[in-house]
Amino acid sequence: MKYIQEFRDSELVKILRKKIAEITTKNWTIMEICGGQTHSIMKYNIEELLPERITLIHGPGCPVCVTPIEKIDKAIHIARQKNVILTTFGDMMRVPGSKDDLLSAKAGGADVRMVYSPLDAVKIAEENPDKNVVFFAVGFETTAPANAAAVLEAKRKKLKNFSILASHVLVPPAIKTLLSDENSKIDGFLAAGHVCTVMGYTEYEPLVKEFNIPIVVTGFEPVDIMQGVYMVVKQLEEGRAELENQYKRVVSKNGNMAAKNVTFTVYEIADMKWRGMGILPQSGYKISDLFSEYDAEKIFEIENINVDEPESCIAGLILQGKKKPTECSEFGKNCTPEHPLGAPMVSSEGACAAYFHYK
Amino acid sequence: MISCPIPKSEYENVLLAHGGGGKLTHQLIEKIFVSQFGNDLLNELNDSAVFEFHKNKLAFTTDSYVVQPIFFPGGNIGELAVNGTVNDIAVAGARPVYLSAGFIIEEGLPIDDLWNIVMSMKNAADKAGVKIVTGDTKVVEKGKADKLFINTSGVGVVYDNFNISSRNCKPGLSVILSGKIGDHGIAIMSARENLEFETEIVSDTAPLNGLVNALSKYSVNIKMLRDVTRGGLASVLNEIAASSGYGIEIEEEKIPINEQVRGACEILGLDPLYVANEGKLVAFVDDEKSEEILSVMKSLEVSKDAEIIGKVVDEHPQRVVMRTSIGSKRIVDMISGEQLPRIC
Amino acid sequence: MCLAIPGKIISINDSNPEMKMAKVSFSGVTKEVCVQWIDDPKVGDYVLTHVGFALTKIDEKEAEQTIKLLKDMGEI
Repeated sequence: MKYIQEFRDSELVKILRKKIAEITTKNWTIMEICGGQTHSIMKYNIEELLPERITLIHGPGCPVCVTPIEKIDKAIHIARQKNVILTTFGDMMRVPGSKDDLLSAKAGGADVRMVYSPLDAVKIAEENPDKNVVFFAVGFETTAPANAAAVLEAKRKKLKNFSILASHVLVPPAIKTLLSDENSKIDGFLAAGHVCTVMGYTEYEPLVKEFNIPIVVTGFEPVDIMQGVYMVVKQLEEGRAELENQYKRVVSKNGNMAAKNVTFTVYEIADMKWRGMGILPQSGYKISDLFSEYDAEKIFEIENINVDEPESCIAGLILQGKKKPTECSEFGKNCTPEHPLGAPMVSSEGACAAYFHYK
Repeated sequence: MISCPIPKSEYENVLLAHGGGGKLTHQLIEKIFVSQFGNDLLNELNDSAVFEFHKNKLAFTTDSYVVQPIFFPGGNIGELAVNGTVNDIAVAGARPVYLSAGFIIEEGLPIDDLWNIVMSMKNAADKAGVKIVTGDTKVVEKGKADKLFINTSGVGVVYDNFNISSRNCKPGLSVILSGKIGDHGIAIMSARENLEFETEIVSDTAPLNGLVNALSKYSVNIKMLRDVTRGGLASVLNEIAASSGYGIEIEEEKIPINEQVRGACEILGLDPLYVANEGKLVAFVDDEKSEEILSVMKSLEVSKDAEIIGKVVDEHPQRVVMRTSIGSKRIVDMISGEQLPRIC
Repeated sequence: MCLAIPGKIISINDSNPEMKMAKVSFSGVTKEVCVQWIDDPKVGDYVLTHVGFALTKIDEKEAEQTIKLLKDMGEI
């Protein structure tokens, strides 16, 4: 597998392991905000290869984990309506809403279908003109252009039966919130490589300056993550705080303009509620008024549902890296992958599920 | 009246995940079926029940097939139904002899489809050297069954000196996997998800009784056999580790997998360790005999890609640990429900 | 987020000017991918693909340089 296998090479991993060990003299805590990076770190047990002085913590990087409970409830409500086909990425099927999840809704008779691409949802709408097809458009900046493109394609095809339930969050405001907390123990960040493939990395430069903290745009394979960690640690040991790019083979400074244009044709930046973190200003996308005919919340009149989160679930603290899953009183007891209380136990990259399966 | 042991607060309805082969399936089996039906033979929870009957040791099994779509690259539900039950008998260390076949047919199924499936079953039975000696047919109203469900039961005679049990799995045993993993699960997904393949990935459905027959002369050295089906390699190894009380260690680099299956798993975000198979088994054999047994396996078409992938160890009892391709070690856990494709 | 993997373009379909598609191969598994956001996509190019959309071309030189840099690090 070209451009994957080379970055899983054990010899290169060995070299990086040795280098990181050579330069580390102090304790450092590094956060990544990317479900895909969490997954890779767990799958390859990268922490085993790092000196004990380095702690990796997993931030709110999984759109599954941070999608507010009410969006899940809205998705389930929509799925249960007559003549509706709810289409979704596989990730969202098991995320708990306030009472149940999409998988249970499916078991109860709702037409819930998994798709690989948002364009598959558009195709389903074309093939089922007598049904309302709603796509659960979830994701960070990486997925936003694809979700927006689906809306534009539906418009081009003049489809009247397609809409999206949108839930998009943005990374830089999350980093700002985490670092603004005076109790933050984070020394450095690995920035999400695929988010930056779309957006570029100029948004991170003000964060580096404001908080005097190294941020390294990092890829997903074990060599990428090890190299990203090496670059952060090197900066920390040398007393520098800069923005660097480890993932040069796909990330450029300004990202992909064409993709960004598509996103901003359909979406606008707005305040957004993050599960476990509350409302962060200007931290998500909402559908622009020009496209309100594709906004499922307006079509199904469910804009004003708000839900409080269960008290025993400390997902918020986990997502902010303040606590480890093992420190949660429910971990492994009332909250397990079969019976999750919160999103980080559901998602395969959620910190709690990762801890449960791999540790 | 005894109340239901799966508390209502957990699940009101049976979920698809209860059929995934992972933790939820086990929960359903233990709490509902075993708790009611439980007896010495059933409680072993092996693929086949093995018992003495008038001086012969027999193996007896049953399995139901509900796969969708019923026709997929490399086969159909009928072939699965024959091969699957043949294999459950084979991995008990037995020679499968007779099968039964029960059909639940949804009203409206084209007769041509039924004919093609039944023909495939005849061919599969002939290839495996078994006879279908009894059966049943029911037709239900449209919407009450998903095109076709098939149940097959099978009976076989255990070879001399085979004593298959996870209780015999102790350190000193090597783990051999009979071939490439993930083909069946990906073949099914490709029919569902509209993935195209340059060289089509086809289901690996195949009878394994020929392989077990070839291995029967090593019966003394073979302590455990199990076919790897839904839930994948990881699920089978976890089940065996859990009931043996020992740990299992495997090497990622040694696990054989087709490049295209690997590619498909990457696209969908699936871990091949949890993807379904239909023509593969794992064998736990004495270390000293492992190379010899491996060459016997490699000499047969159905197991030409066999590899020694690991061993039973004292460490991490009841858990499966894998040495990754980059040299670190990680736990390979039992999956909770079905593995779903992801974007994240 | 987010699962995106490199694949090789094996053919291009220009029929829809607003949604240029390509057949992309991932270790022999092919999928239809939208390459509308890629500058001048050609057969043989490697593109990073996420949920059916190509996000960028892989810069093959940068990839080689990264590997070389790491190998050189090992020599020191």
